[in-house]
Amino acid sequence: MADSAIKTINRRIKVSYPIIEAADVRKTYGAFTAVDGVSFSVTHGELFGILGPNGAGKTSTIRMIYGYSPLSGGSLRVFGSDIESAWRTIRAKLGVCHQENNLDTEMSVRQNLEVFAGFFGMPRREAAESATRLLDFFGLTHKESAQVNELSGGMMRRLVIARALINNPELLILDEPTTGLDPQTRHQLWDKLAQLKQSGVTILLTTHYMEEAARLCDRLIIIDHGRILVEGHPRELIERFGGETLEDVFLILTGRELRD
Amino acid sequence: MTHKNAVLTWRLMRVWRRDWLVNKRSWHINFLVPLLEPLLYVASFGIGFRLLIPEIVYQGQVMPYLNFMAPAIIATNIMYTAFFENAFSSFVRMYYQKTYDAIMATPLSVEEVVAGEIVWGATKSLMAAAVMMAALSLFGLIHYPGGLGILPVAFLGGLGFGATAMVCTGVVKHIDMFNLPIFLLITPMYLFSGTFFPLDNLPGWAQTVAWCLPLTHLVALTRGLAFGTLPTLQAFISIAYLVIFAVLVFPIALIVMRRRLIK
Repeated sequence: MADSAIKTINRRIKVSYPIIEAADVRKTYGAFTAVDGVSFSVTHGELFGILGPNGAGKTSTIRMIYGYSPLSGGSLRVFGSDIESAWRTIRAKLGVCHQENNLDTEMSVRQNLEVFAGFFGMPRREAAESATRLLDFFGLTHKESAQVNELSGGMMRRLVIARALINNPELLILDEPTTGLDPQTRHQLWDKLAQLKQSGVTILLTTHYMEEAARLCDRLIIIDHGRILVEGHPRELIERFGGETLEDVFLILTGRELRD
Repeated sequence: MTHKNAVLTWRLMRVWRRDWLVNKRSWHINFLVPLLEPLLYVASFGIGFRLLIPEIVYQGQVMPYLNFMAPAIIATNIMYTAFFENAFSSFVRMYYQKTYDAIMATPLSVEEVVAGEIVWGATKSLMAAAVMMAALSLFGLIHYPGGLGILPVAFLGGLGFGATAMVCTGVVKHIDMFNLPIFLLITPMYLFSGTFFPLDNLPGWAQTVAWCLPLTHLVALTRGLAFGTLPTLQAFISIAYLVIFAVLVFPIALIVMRRRLIK
């Protein structure tokens, strides 16, 4: 109990180094270059967005940040440490919400959270308490014994995000968190993300919903074909490029052809 | 190319624990199959074959066919349990549920996830063997205390067959492709590893081939332990074989799965 309180306090203490520091990061799959020299940094407590059309390199970038995909070039530091060598300690302090709902369909809602906590080596009691808090925060307590298959799409997504928070991470990475959800659920999730940000969690978000990015992000980058096109605050980008919404900016920069 | 995060530690047990908890829910199924299967075999081979094959000669000893067959049932079940767990169950987790993707955002390496699954497969083999032994002991078909040695042998055999299945999981493009190793390897071993008939009935070259296969050694060991005729030189050779089998295939499974999962 005290442990998680300490973690919560720690989160609010601003650190001097960037939470994520990407310098000329590259990723190639054979002959195909997915990420082509991307540099950016994310500071403590900010909600940072990565926007791009399909195939832009968003997920490839995310996969390198949590040490899943090896870098093909450049350097990537998370919490001040190199991701390639300090991957274990880095992963212990972050949470990832993937694009797909990769929940464990062989277990109940609560078990999904508690067993996932086990992968972090969390003691059983702490895991149970964290699970209770998260079920409450995301309004899933009444479904704690349900099978994952019985949940609606929105509830599943909430559970995936809840699971990403089970270890009280300092950095939350969300890969297209609200894709495919109805407006009510989307707005609910945005509220929750705002609350999390208030509590000191640094959030990295990828999306192609402009409204989401404009609403949530402190700063964002727009990438396409593995390169950063622009970086800035949503409002500032709208002023700079014209158009009325971030979507206009996005379309101006990335064009209107159909994507793979 | 070795990646800096290609490490294997005791943390594999965290993944083992997940598999254990999931299987706890369906314990009645996991329990019933190894309980009923030997009973069915006892009924068919014991009663049905009793007139056809009243007795059989094995290693100079005369015994009822059922006594000869019974330990082989345990051995083949060890193989099937571990193989199916690490082939079908693991493939479904990996490919359809994408469970491994989620786990690899936690402080666990690919190697720890895969090793956890293989050790779980071997654990399942061990538990199945224990239940089968209990069932067969009711008919006096297992000698003790030698028979208890079947348990560690079950785990060892399970590791080897589970790792073999995991290599297949790392390679097959879709789930139907498992039929290939099952048809080419598992089923022939099931029939020809000294399970249903003593190997001395086969021509010399066929015996040599059989003794190159892991199930043959597992069957021979299980039989020796069940009859209480160990220790023999043959037994030590078979143990060594199974150890080498596991030690060789295990790292191959880790390498193949890493190649599949990490791009």
